Amino acid sequence: MKKYLLKRLGMSLVTLWAVVTITFILMHSVPGNPFAQEGKMPKAVYDNLQAKYGLDKPYTEQYAIYLKNLLKGDFGDSMKSRVETVNDMIERGFPVSARLGLQALVIALCFGPALGALAALYQNKIPDYISMIIAIIGISVPSFIMGTILIQFLARNVGWLPIAGWGTWQHTLLPSFAMALMPMATMARLMRSSMLEVLGQDYIKTAKSKGITKPAVILKHAVRNAILPVISILGTTISNLIVGSFVIEKIFGIPGLGRFFVQSIYNRDYTLIMGTTIFYAAILIIMLLLVDIAYMLIDPRIKLTKEGR
Amino acid sequence: MEKVLEIKELAVSFKTFFGEVEAVRGISFDVGRKETVAIVGESGCGKSVTANSIMQLLPMPPAFYKGGQILFNGQDIIKKTEKEMQDIRGNKISMVFQDPMTSLNPTMRVGKQIVEGIIKHQHLNREEAEKKAIEMLDLVSVPQPEKRVKQFPHEFSGGMRQRVMIALAMVSNPQLLIADEPTTALDVTVQAQILELMKELQDKMDMSIILITHDLGIVADMSDKVVVMYAGQILEQGLTDEIFANPSHPYTRKLLASVPRLDMDRNESLHSIEGTPPDLYIPPKGCPFYDRCDNAMKICKDHMPDKSHHSNSHYSHCWLHHELAKSDTEGSK
Repeated sequence: MKKYLLKRLGMSLVTLWAVVTITFILMHSVPGNPFAQEGKMPKAVYDNLQAKYGLDKPYTEQYAIYLKNLLKGDFGDSMKSRVETVNDMIERGFPVSARLGLQALVIALCFGPALGALAALYQNKIPDYISMIIAIIGISVPSFIMGTILIQFLARNVGWLPIAGWGTWQHTLLPSFAMALMPMATMARLMRSSMLEVLGQDYIKTAKSKGITKPAVILKHAVRNAILPVISILGTTISNLIVGSFVIEKIFGIPGLGRFFVQSIYNRDYTLIMGTTIFYAAILIIMLLLVDIAYMLIDPRIKLTKEGR
Repeated sequence: MEKVLEIKELAVSFKTFFGEVEAVRGISFDVGRKETVAIVGESGCGKSVTANSIMQLLPMPPAFYKGGQILFNGQDIIKKTEKEMQDIRGNKISMVFQDPMTSLNPTMRVGKQIVEGIIKHQHLNREEAEKKAIEMLDLVSVPQPEKRVKQFPHEFSGGMRQRVMIALAMVSNPQLLIADEPTTALDVTVQAQILELMKELQDKMDMSIILITHDLGIVADMSDKVVVMYAGQILEQGLTDEIFANPSHPYTRKLLASVPRLDMDRNESLHSIEGTPPDLYIPPKGCPFYDRCDNAMKICKDHMPDKSHHSNSHYSHCWLHHELAKSDTEGSK
């Protein structure tokens, strides 16, 4: 196991390096640069700015310098923000986004699989239809519409919750819920189909033939086997949730990390593009590793290492 | 003989989108104490539906009991509630299924799967139940049971898994064991061991067995009584010796003829029964075997023959045994 983890870690570093390199190449092959759009900037100022951020050097040299700084954990200065480094921006935005994301995850995990399981148990009956309608709404209604609807009804009309902003836990409820809907719906649908499959398996019949109660058959035998597909999407889902959502953060005025992903590209803020991309990639890699480990813990037939075969 | 199970005119159907499928159409037989009754017939003849309906394990809907009774120790199982059935399943009646590779939960330790049934029916605490699970594995001759209870099903071979299944079924000394093709998925050499084990346990535990199979070799070896099913009906029933010595229904004869024999001429091709069983969406009015029978007569098409008794224990449904046909048994189509 230890050996496997070390190997995985090594592979992760290689993957990260590939992400860095590809992003670097793509970024520089897009026309424009951080200062090209600023209108009538005197040539001397422009040159000075280029020089300050090292953009006048050849690409290979820029790449080498970036890698060297990256190894020290330094993402560099933002080319747009005059006061914050990229590290500062991530340190400030990530806790906010992560909190929202984790809350959304908890909501999605509490309701998604349960709805799906319920739908499967009452296939083609009312609970099934209700859960699947919720799931279809969750999948097809974009989060910005959901967000606005929530604001309209729960914040404006009845005034239970603040409309937007950041500060108290009440501020987190609406955006968490708006973010949770989509993954919740996906989980519900996955859970429903895998649960239906599992319920038709022979070992469910065996369990019933032992005379144990229906809830015991479902909870002890069906759910554990049916949850695997949900686990498998969890890696990407968690990563996407905790790095924040541009749309949700814009609507609710939340100072999270999500907006930087879009803004950085819009502004050609090279260091911020690199920073956010690498940060996201790192989180994704860690989550995927955790999912693999979770898989192994849930299904004993899955072995990550070759030993014991 | 004391009867453990009496099935009377049992009819089970499935409601489907295209109409009703009459899977079991009025069958009757009984199982005595310590008796082994074999139900034989080809795929789709209603053997498994019968077995599952005794345990109330059919998904309802689409399945439903259309008529008849299943009397277990004199009480009608069909009338039992789900809660009452839970006290019977795995306790008084147990079941062993066809495919041991898929019949055990892959994500649960084998011991725990056995313990579940023990705790449910024997009211032991966990520690005692775990001890009992080890005893059960020992009883079905799984080597190193202390170690094996902690393993997962994928660490067992097919034969060993079927032993585990039998151990699972045996936890409460059931009065009746329903074995639904218990050896079909196993190697021939392992088959014999599993059957041997079942016989041994039957002696030890005073248990009746319903053995569902299409392997007549097993029938001869194991059973006291044979029920020949076809298209949801019983065509012939009798003691095993009677069925093998004097098969009275053409279908039984063809089944027996299709068993490959070691003394067969090597060049001779294996016997098979031509054609397919009837469609149970529209069950035939007459004898269901009419289409495939060499001895079919005009009357067979539209009229189901009554029982003809050949002895107290042996009967068949065939016009050939009708009094009027006795003089001329060479019927023609």
